[in-house]
Amino acid sequence: MVFLGGQVLPGNVGRAILGPFADQRAVDALNHTLGVDRPLLTQYWSWISNFVQGDMGTSYIFRSPVAPFVIDALGNSMKLAAVAFVLVVPIGILGGVIAALNLNRPLDRIISLGGLSVTVLPEFVTGIILILIFGVWLRWLPISAAWPKDAGFFIQLYYLILPSLPLFLVLFGYIARMARSGMIEALDSDYTRTAVLKGLPWRTVIWRHVLRNALLPTITVIATQTGYLIGGLVVIETLFRYQGIGSLIFTAARGKDFPMLESGILTIGIVYAVATLIADFLYSVLNPRIRLGSDQ
Amino acid sequence: MTEPAKAKNALELKDLSVAYRVAGRNRAVLRNLSLTIGQGEAYGLVGESGCGKSTVALTVVRYLPRNGLISGGAISLDGQDVMKLDAEALRRARAESVSMVYQDPGKALNPSIRIGRQLTEIFELGGITGQAATDRAVAMLNRVRISDPPSVMQRYPHQLSGGMQQRVAIAMALANDPSMLILDEPTTGLDATVEAEVLDLIAQLRQELSASILFISHNLAVVSNMCDRVGVLYAGMLVEEGPTEVVFNDPRHPYTVALLRCLPRGGQRKDQGRLDTIPGFLPGIGATIKGCAFADRCALADDRCRTELPPLYELSDERGKRLSRCFHHDKAQALPRATPADVAPAPKPAAVPVLRVAGLNKTYASHGHPLRAVKDVSLDLRPGETLGLVGESGSGKTTFARLLLGLVPPDAGGTIELEGKALAPKLENRGDDQVKAMQIVFQNPDSALNRSHSIRHLIGRALKRLAGLRGAALEARLNDLVRSVRLTDRHLAVKPRQLSGGLKQRVAIARAFAGDPRIVVCDEPTSALDVSVQAAILNLLADLQAKEDVSYIFISHDLGVVRYLSDKIAVLYLGRIMEIGPSEEVFSGPHHPYTEALLSAVPKLDQTETARIRLDGEIPSATNPPSGCVFHTRCPRKIGPICEQQEPPLAEAQPGHSIRCHIPYAELRRLQKPAAAATVPA
Amino acid sequence: MSAVQTASPPQEDVRRRSPMAEVLFSLLRSRTFLVGLAIVLFWVACALFGEHFAPYDPLADDIINALAPPSREHWFGTDQIGRDVFSRVIVGSRDILTVAPLATLLATVAGTALGLLTGYFRGIVDDVVSRILEAFMAIPVVIVALLAIVALGTSKTTVIVVIGLSFAPIIARTVRSAVLAERELDYVAAAQLRHESALHTMFVEILPNIIPPILVETTVRLGYAIFAVATLSFMGFGIQPPSPDWGLSISSNYGMIGGGFWWTVLFDALAIASLVIGVNLAADGVHGAFND
Repeated sequence: MVFLGGQVLPGNVGRAILGPFADQRAVDALNHTLGVDRPLLTQYWSWISNFVQGDMGTSYIFRSPVAPFVIDALGNSMKLAAVAFVLVVPIGILGGVIAALNLNRPLDRIISLGGLSVTVLPEFVTGIILILIFGVWLRWLPISAAWPKDAGFFIQLYYLILPSLPLFLVLFGYIARMARSGMIEALDSDYTRTAVLKGLPWRTVIWRHVLRNALLPTITVIATQTGYLIGGLVVIETLFRYQGIGSLIFTAARGKDFPMLESGILTIGIVYAVATLIADFLYSVLNPRIRLGSDQ
Repeated sequence: MTEPAKAKNALELKDLSVAYRVAGRNRAVLRNLSLTIGQGEAYGLVGESGCGKSTVALTVVRYLPRNGLISGGAISLDGQDVMKLDAEALRRARAESVSMVYQDPGKALNPSIRIGRQLTEIFELGGITGQAATDRAVAMLNRVRISDPPSVMQRYPHQLSGGMQQRVAIAMALANDPSMLILDEPTTGLDATVEAEVLDLIAQLRQELSASILFISHNLAVVSNMCDRVGVLYAGMLVEEGPTEVVFNDPRHPYTVALLRCLPRGGQRKDQGRLDTIPGFLPGIGATIKGCAFADRCALADDRCRTELPPLYELSDERGKRLSRCFHHDKAQALPRATPADVAPAPKPAAVPVLRVAGLNKTYASHGHPLRAVKDVSLDLRPGETLGLVGESGSGKTTFARLLLGLVPPDAGGTIELEGKALAPKLENRGDDQVKAMQIVFQNPDSALNRSHSIRHLIGRALKRLAGLRGAALEARLNDLVRSVRLTDRHLAVKPRQLSGGLKQRVAIARAFAGDPRIVVCDEPTSALDVSVQAAILNLLADLQAKEDVSYIFISHDLGVVRYLSDKIAVLYLGRIMEIGPSEEVFSGPHHPYTEALLSAVPKLDQTETARIRLDGEIPSATNPPSGCVFHTRCPRKIGPICEQQEPPLAEAQPGHSIRCHIPYAELRRLQKPAAAATVPA
Repeated sequence: MSAVQTASPPQEDVRRRSPMAEVLFSLLRSRTFLVGLAIVLFWVACALFGEHFAPYDPLADDIINALAPPSREHWFGTDQIGRDVFSRVIVGSRDILTVAPLATLLATVAGTALGLLTGYFRGIVDDVVSRILEAFMAIPVVIVALLAIVALGTSKTTVIVVIGLSFAPIIARTVRSAVLAERELDYVAAAQLRHESALHTMFVEILPNIIPPILVETTVRLGYAIFAVATLSFMGFGIQPPSPDWGLSISSNYGMIGGGFWWTVLFDALAIASLVIGVNLAADGVHGAFND
């Protein structure tokens, strides 16, 4: 059993290493066209080892070390992403569960088609529409995410609501959809039939037998959404003029500030790898088939 | 257990009609079905796929799929009208008076909850919690003969074998001492020896508990052994009903008569005559039926049968009450054969083997451990001969077939010779002539036939590649081939999905025969088919063999089928040949103790109760086979430490009959005498 | 079925409708699909014939009438150099409806080829390629595009190539898993037992069977391609001025929404929204038709 668990984890570590590696390939292709060509591995290793020691190089534009900028921006982005995530995970799952429990009824149609529609809208489109509604016409929320200096937790939260909404919408449909199909599969399963025919009350059937099996796949999917979330951050942070990792990369790319760009992208790779690792860990904890393996 | 006075009948269905809504139309599945199961009675419901058996079960517990609806009739469970129950009363009925066990126990148990919890939650419904519930669960597991219940309670379903899972499912079903137990194909998909154990368990529990049983199965033999009364379902209608023994020995509906004739029984062999078949096809779900549903396929049918629905005639006599839905019930057994029995005498197999296999091994790596799927297999096969491969899951029979065909390369060392020439281990390295000489008919035609291609393309491509034909020659050969498997031109333009299972298997057979093969491997070619279709396919295979002088390697878990077609049998266990010899000798014995157990495990229609041999425990894992004789852990005839320490050789006991056992042949003969006498073909 | 046929009416042993016909039938019954298709066709028609219906030249400026709110002359108002917003919205789908489908086509062709090869041959090549593709998928398209455009400069071709190549791994993954499942089916073994070449097995035997998942994935990807093109245009890395492209218009006008000039962005935003939703409704219908 321990052996099986050990087999699952190294796979993830490999992916964790490959994430940044691929980033480097992309960056390297870039270097090549600009003539900054050195042996890939040497460059990679020296850069990586510096990075690990906290030395991210010096910004071309600001003429100062990159690290503080990146760390600051990452912190800001995390706040924004956290607000979106904290909202979307429970609400998305709930939406999917409710839709599945009302399969093919109007409520399901509304959640499914509504979810599908908001998921596929580009963040800047929903962003613009939300700004118009809540910022310009109703004037309930600030249209910029830049909060006043030394704003407290709740003030910051207030400024983050509008920017986090487009991210919320994109993820909502996705998560709800996964949760819904997981639920439908679990509801149609033989073990649910067994539970119902045991005479268990419907609530117990859902809570004890259906939900856990239904939501397992959703958990892994949520983690893979980190990538899309970061892409979304680039757009949202630009639209709302917010100092996060997305706008940092955007500015660095426009200004051809390569140390900044590389560090930003490597940081994203690491965040992504960590998120995937957490999801795999959660999945194996929740799934006895992976945790325990088979005795046979 | 709640009502002091029990209703007279455990279950009553009255004029039950059920339909499924498909593509905006209601399609009838059950048509005015009435049946009654008395207290403590075991009632068997048999029928082929699509006849509505499982729908009966799901209707009784009100768990029809979303598109299913009860369009008429009444269900009374222990005197309660099931259709009138509100949600809470229905829940209580399910908790207290009716339980269900179905096929595929691996899916019926919740994968993420421990066995113990899945059991105790049932007792909690009755207000028994904590230690008391745990004790009850342990007692229940003991009752279904599970050893070491406390450790099993701590496990998850995937950590148990199929047989154990089904025992747990039965324990769950019986936990609240229901008055009605519904078993829907409870042993389908289990290995023969495991199936026998589970069936024994159910029979024993019947003695101990009071539950009435509704036993649903496609397997007539299983029902005949388990049930007091039987109902035969055809197109959602009851066509015949009566005491089990009477119905199976003296059937009064042409469908029952025909169904029983389709089964190879009593050691019937291909050279003794063809099996009878049922012409035509089952009416599809929701078909409009005017008159008798079976009329289209019945040689006794007249105009009245086609226009007027026959009533259920009551034909009770001193043997009990029985019913038949046939105008001609009095002459049902005079139903003419649909296929003549006579066969042309087969040519005597030549002495020179077409295939010679020596020392074949296959080792897979499974999580870093070697898994010996096939170990040291040697055998030969003569032209026109059929070798039957018999064994349970993990015996290596399918792997062996793939090794022969070159789909999987064997370990270095072994040899395969085709007509005296060594075959390369890998398919790519074999010559075109060698490839076309050995072909296969797979178990599942849906998987074996490319669903994007038309039947014409499927067979035509095989003719082009294997027979090297083009143009008019190809066209002519295609027509011949299509006719020889009894398909018609109508079938050529369509895709496989538009054909029924039996027709698809004919296409697969035609394809295998495209290049005039010397050997055709048949890997469970009829196990996905209904009995009536199976008979036609077996006849076809026998006819083609007689005509083409082709050899078969015939893999099947159904011993009756294997016996019908095979001249020679090899019994495999954990990748080893335990016994190999002429078919009749292997079946009649003396045989290897494993063969003996396997034969004893098969439910038979003509049950003459003999001392049954049951194997303990599970089939061991091939990654960690037992030391010495691999069968010693389950062998009822184990003689001592030698079995655990030394692997017996496959020794020739009689000319051409070899057995891998430490017990001398004469001793086996003495031990098996009574049992052997009972299985000699009539 | 047997040697001796009894007298009986013609047997219904052949189902009349072919599988493909069933799919088409259920597509035409799907309201989701039909609504989606109608929206998409509307914008395609606008792209093709819109200039004949547009009341003004979408590129003609009119500084005097700049930033005019919606009125009878200018239904959707005018932008900061006085161009008619309605006319621009009508023809604004032109670039996105050429760039996005071409990118999707590129992604489908490349992804299908890659998926077939890795799924069919498996082994080390598959492991390595799959890992690299997986890592690629971790990087958001926007960022890949950012890098590529910094390196190569902006042009429609760059956008097509960037989006096509970043979507290819996603399609490859879908195709690969479909191929892996097909490969286990016995008809592949049957092909090997006819000594068919790998190319024949891949393209004649396997490919026709995995068309449904490829079609579904392609329609879904088309939605995301529109998403990506619009986003890149908005970020200034996609379609360049003076195109009336929607994303581009929003990009150049959204700075002023604080000042209340909502009409300069709202209609473009709604147009993008409707097109994206239309494509995805159609995709959902296709998905449903194949999985019923």
